[in-house]
Amino acid sequence: MELRGYRVPMAFSLLVWFALWEVIGRLELVSLIPPFTDVLLAFREVVPTADFVEAATITLQAFVIGMALSFVLGFGVGFAMGRNRAVGSLMGMWVNIFESSPLTAIVPALMALLGFGLPTMIATVFLFSVWVIALDTQVGVERVSSSLVEMARSFGASKRALYFQILLRAALPELLAGIRLGLIRGMKGVVIGQLLIAVVGVGYLFELYSRSFLMPQFWALLIVLFTFAFLASEAVAYFERKVSFYASSR
Amino acid sequence: MTNRTSPTSEPTMSDGVRDPGGPAVRVVDLAKVFAGGVRALDGVTFDIPRGELTSIIGPSGCGKTTTLKIIAGLVDATSGLVEVDGTPVTEPGPDRAFVFQDFALMPWATVLRNAAFGLELRGVPRKEREETAREYVVKVGLAGFEDAYPHQLSGGMRQRVGLARALAVDAEILLMDEPFASVDEQIRRKFQEDLLRLLSEENKTVIFVTHSIEEAVYVSDQIVIMTRAPSQVSKVVRPGVDRSGGSDHIRRSPAYLDWVERIWAELQGYLET
Ligand SMILES: Nc1ncnc2c1ncn2[C@@H]1O[C@H](COP(=O)(O)OP(=O)(O)O)[C@@H](O)[C@H]1O
Ligand SMILES: [Mg+2]
Repeated sequence: MELRGYRVPMAFSLLVWFALWEVIGRLELVSLIPPFTDVLLAFREVVPTADFVEAATITLQAFVIGMALSFVLGFGVGFAMGRNRAVGSLMGMWVNIFESSPLTAIVPALMALLGFGLPTMIATVFLFSVWVIALDTQVGVERVSSSLVEMARSFGASKRALYFQILLRAALPELLAGIRLGLIRGMKGVVIGQLLIAVVGVGYLFELYSRSFLMPQFWALLIVLFTFAFLASEAVAYFERKVSFYASSR
Repeated sequence: MTNRTSPTSEPTMSDGVRDPGGPAVRVVDLAKVFAGGVRALDGVTFDIPRGELTSIIGPSGCGKTTTLKIIAGLVDATSGLVEVDGTPVTEPGPDRAFVFQDFALMPWATVLRNAAFGLELRGVPRKEREETAREYVVKVGLAGFEDAYPHQLSGGMRQRVGLARALAVDAEILLMDEPFASVDEQIRRKFQEDLLRLLSEENKTVIFVTHSIEEAVYVSDQIVIMTRAPSQVSKVVRPGVDRSGGSDHIRRSPAYLDWVERIWAELQGYLET
């Protein structure tokens, strides 16, 4: 951001927003918005509690397992779709349908099927994230120049070398984009899943805080999640920027 | 021409024992019909003499690239046969190295790693393959660019990397698909000179696809002229231009100009009107 020729650091614009938040909170205009300083205090109060640690643990657990499944299946299906025209047209339609469908609607069905615990949460994370990973992988693999593949074959590349040294490397920009979007979808998935289940994890805490009208705590929890999501996606974006130089020159 | 090791006990497709003095590559009655129904080749037959540079020239779309890729083992023929040293080709092999029209460099790898990639795929230890690659990077005129990335190089320099990669694996046969097609005219001539100089040191059999008659006459020992698709061989000629006098001299010599004219006349019949 620039103001009258001066570069304004991002931290400063955050400060402005927090100040605005504080003012609105102090004015007690909307009961949903407590002063920002109250949120900060609640932050210190919420984070060390056993409730929070337990919620964070189970959330992280569901997220990590669900994402791992998504990566394995998403990359696998994406590679198959990108390398094989028949698989691409056979699966492509379904992947696209699921990618753009409101998956929240099937979470209740998952609960009926898998219960109110970890399996449902894992399934939600997986279902939210796997499609975009598969689609981005497919696009990446399809964009690998065929002459690069022929080059590797002509110099005697094994199937393994072809996949790991050429396809995986050449498709990396799209793979990383898929990973980043998948992570974001997965985070949405875990929170939405828990909100619908309402008796576990951060979903339970949200439910608890909003039912008991503990708004500072509610916001503090939200900020924790935002920060986590932001850091995770920025970490992937960092690697994306590193490989972007060859996304245009394959 | 050195006699490359060829055990005579092994049976071959050709009659009798393997003849080390025979052609390096034989292309016999090659036909190719693509999946979409495009008939590219329709009975192409020619020999590639050992240790020589043979150009393939013909109208665009006549199947030059297809022929070269079949010889490389990258594309299957519909019918017909390619023999390298008397052995039928079914897949790529260490006796052949390809130089691609669009360079086919890995954009994420340095010049040195690209040049060493053929050796890397063969499992040559890092130190050894980088030493060999470094040697060829220098030979093709890219000393000092070892750590550069392809996107930092001009088209001509990128193709030099492609050439270094092909030379580094020390294959007997070099397959070049319009290597200078996307290189400026001035640089192209310099590149032709460098190629001829390099080849005189390396003693390779080269199959060189081009659409430039001048280039073909200038660099070739033998020229295979192809007809329009579905193509056959129209003529095989050996210009044998005397190269002793330096490039400007050659390009003005009556023999050179005469050959350019004769091939032009031969090709004219196959151009679309
Ligand atoms: N993979 C392919 N599938 C279908 N048709 C192809 C394929 N590759 C080449 N062709 C067709 O075969 C013909 C010969 O192509 P090519 O060998 O590239 O010609 P050249 O290199 O002489 O210009 C062209 O008509 C081209 O469109
Ligand atoms: Mg071609």
